[in-house]
Amino acid sequence: MKRFAQLLELLALTTSRTRKLAALTQYFRETPDPDRGYALAVLTGALSFRNVKPALLKQTVLAEVDETLFAMSYDYVGDLGETIALIWPHHGQADDLPSLTELIGLFNTTSKSDLPKLIGGLLTQAEINERWALVKLATGGLRIGVSARLAKTALAEMSGIELQAIEEVWHGLKLPYTDLFAWLEGRAGRPDIDQSARFHPLMLSNPIDEAKDFPNFAPTDYVAEWKWDGIRVQLVMGGGTVSLFSRTGDDIAPAFPDIVENATGRAVLDGELLVGRDFDPGSFNDLQQRLNKKVASAKHLKESPAFIRVYDILFDGDDDLRTLPWLERRARLEAWFAANPQSRLDLSGVLPFSDWGDLGRQRREGADMHGHEGVMIKLKSAPYVPGRPKGYWYKWKRDPNLVDAVLMYAQRGHGKRSSFYSDYTFGVWKGNEIVPIGKAYFGFTDEELKLLDKWIRGHTLGTFGPVREVKKELVFEVAFDSAQESTRHKSGVALRFPRINRIRWDKPAAEAATLADMAVFIAAT
Amino acid sequence: MLLDRNLHIRAIDAYIDPSTPKQRAIITHGHADHARSGHGSVLATPDTIAIMKVRYGEDCAGAFEALDFGVPKQIDDVTITFYPAGHVLGSAQVLIEKDGQRVVVTGDYKRLPDRTSQPYELVKCDLLVTEATFGLPVFQHPHPSVEIGRLLKSVADQPERCHLVGSYALGKAQRVIGLLRDAGWDKPIYLHGAMIRLCELYQELGVELGELIPATGVSKAEMEGQIVIAPPSAIRDRWSRRFPDPVVCQASGWMSVKQRARQALVELPLVISDHCDWSELQQTVRETEADTVWVTHGREDALVYWCQQQGLQAEPLHLQGFEDDGGEDAA
Repeated sequence: MKRFAQLLELLALTTSRTRKLAALTQYFRETPDPDRGYALAVLTGALSFRNVKPALLKQTVLAEVDETLFAMSYDYVGDLGETIALIWPHHGQADDLPSLTELIGLFNTTSKSDLPKLIGGLLTQAEINERWALVKLATGGLRIGVSARLAKTALAEMSGIELQAIEEVWHGLKLPYTDLFAWLEGRAGRPDIDQSARFHPLMLSNPIDEAKDFPNFAPTDYVAEWKWDGIRVQLVMGGGTVSLFSRTGDDIAPAFPDIVENATGRAVLDGELLVGRDFDPGSFNDLQQRLNKKVASAKHLKESPAFIRVYDILFDGDDDLRTLPWLERRARLEAWFAANPQSRLDLSGVLPFSDWGDLGRQRREGADMHGHEGVMIKLKSAPYVPGRPKGYWYKWKRDPNLVDAVLMYAQRGHGKRSSFYSDYTFGVWKGNEIVPIGKAYFGFTDEELKLLDKWIRGHTLGTFGPVREVKKELVFEVAFDSAQESTRHKSGVALRFPRINRIRWDKPAAEAATLADMAVFIAAT
Repeated sequence: MLLDRNLHIRAIDAYIDPSTPKQRAIITHGHADHARSGHGSVLATPDTIAIMKVRYGEDCAGAFEALDFGVPKQIDDVTITFYPAGHVLGSAQVLIEKDGQRVVVTGDYKRLPDRTSQPYELVKCDLLVTEATFGLPVFQHPHPSVEIGRLLKSVADQPERCHLVGSYALGKAQRVIGLLRDAGWDKPIYLHGAMIRLCELYQELGVELGELIPATGVSKAEMEGQIVIAPPSAIRDRWSRRFPDPVVCQASGWMSVKQRARQALVELPLVISDHCDWSELQQTVRETEADTVWVTHGREDALVYWCQQQGLQAEPLHLQGFEDDGGEDAA
């Protein structure tokens, strides 16, 4: 447990991705089975305990600590787990704690009535950092800035096996992953997992280069589809079991029971997850609401039903179609839909066009009238290749919207950028005041960053921890994909994918946009 | 009442640590939220007066009167005596006596021994005015030698990096240096410019700190494996760009809260505090045998609540000019 506690602390406190990866690989290399497997499960959020819950920990602490003092402390620290770790009043001889594996065993097998005593004893026995790690382990919410993907990337780095190959089997693996580590260390072959739990890494597109690509592309070799504004998913239907994977291979099925329960047939499908009634997609914001919940609420299921707009098929039953050209896969997809009627799956249409100019017009109209993100252009003969292969799939995004906004606040960046003010909050005029509409931290060069950093230090009105409020004098031309109404922002506007397009050193702040100007962008979606 | 809630001793019209210029001020120690310039006369320990003169200039008060620890000073019918507070060099608790009534104003204090400061002495009293910077039961400071051990281990494990230890210029910087020396670190320690004058003063006043070198003008390569002491504001700022892949450390009682360390982008938090932790505050309240406790400077509510649970009269003071966490000694 000591090693694991040290790892968690290092991960929580270093902002450098490289250093996090190095610490993770070192831990996985040096820690024996099955401890490292359980650690991996903790880091990737794959572990939860039936009876060990935050409420139980709190109850354990409140038996020892005055409730008012606990409430004051929690109020100050802000994190329940950390409050518990810091406030625990009994410190015994720092004996070695049980190993991670033993601890997890204890958490799983101890009866509910005996758990407070067990946990209290462990807290007393632990050193302060172990106590923190112990509480993190018991409550599940790590909040240490490590994604499941980062942990898997560390596995790839330690073994030299491609991340994709690991992601493919990930969801079919069983704790404590001894077969996975055996494979990673070259002591065994790839774990054989159930087909229905297998994630197949997705095929991604490249941006089109209008000037370079179109003159060389024959329109008849390609097909076009709308680019939908949802999230990319893979639906794996195994006849009985259904998995829904995000683009990175996270299983998001619990958040979308409406899809999972209504899917019938056996296939692996690729498409866009959207919310809306009668296959009419709502805003990305609506989808975001559902994505924020690990488990869907009844209200969400009723008000924001989800569906998938399907555009590709990887497996039809057990038939692997990935080597077939797009045109043949499309025919199989249409045939599969005809044979397996669906209530939550919808076939994405193909967009007829005569030449690139015609497609350009449709793309513009689609953006203006329906808020489409753009169009996808796919080579008819392209096989389904995981990763981002060149020459097959292209995205042709709508031209970004632009708005001139005024810099309001600047925040220090992380890692290499930690001595620079590199995260910017900007706003537009509302009467005589400026209200924030968004935040961006890229779109400028390193040279520009230095100039911005200097400007911010010379124009500071106030400092709040890592944030500086600046004089409302510098204008950014901000590019963004779309704008939506938002109740969370004071301005009532939220931008999607904002980035700094240009720094308008020349432009007076008085000439920046107004909130009324933003209405046009909202109307377009 | 001998002392009012603005820490004003009416009988002799003197204020303790006033935030605005007063005719007569009694200063517990040299931190900026306690010692300010512009008072008519200042009564303080010799070390505190020396510190004030270095920080604010020779003429920062109309007149200075030095009073040694343990020496009673009679002003009209009031007796003032200073006792060591153990917070920084020269830091004092103020005992005020009149007609058999005893009032102690602790200023900032800690009870652990610290060789860069005179050791705390317990003073029994009827009314205790105590600080409560770390007045919540989540604050249980580890022994500083443990924390210095973590720093030295990190230095040994990452010899190619430079360790920047964020420490306030008065008190914490010298304490960290002293702890490093005690732990056997005999290499030169590098200093940010803002630290130099106060470290020199400590040395002049007899505190051994070993070899100290300004950190400016040293090449990146030479700084590998070295320890630099700098104000917290400098370690994450432009000043730090000159060092090789620095490990940002901070020595402060706040560093026990990991979320707080993360927000401050501190990679190696060192829980080294010049204040009492929760159990030391409780211990002090008990041992002074005070029946009335006024709590100030920090998280007053929790300590007030606890005192009341013990059957004591207790209330928070909301002193003007004190900003929560904002002061330099809030560590």
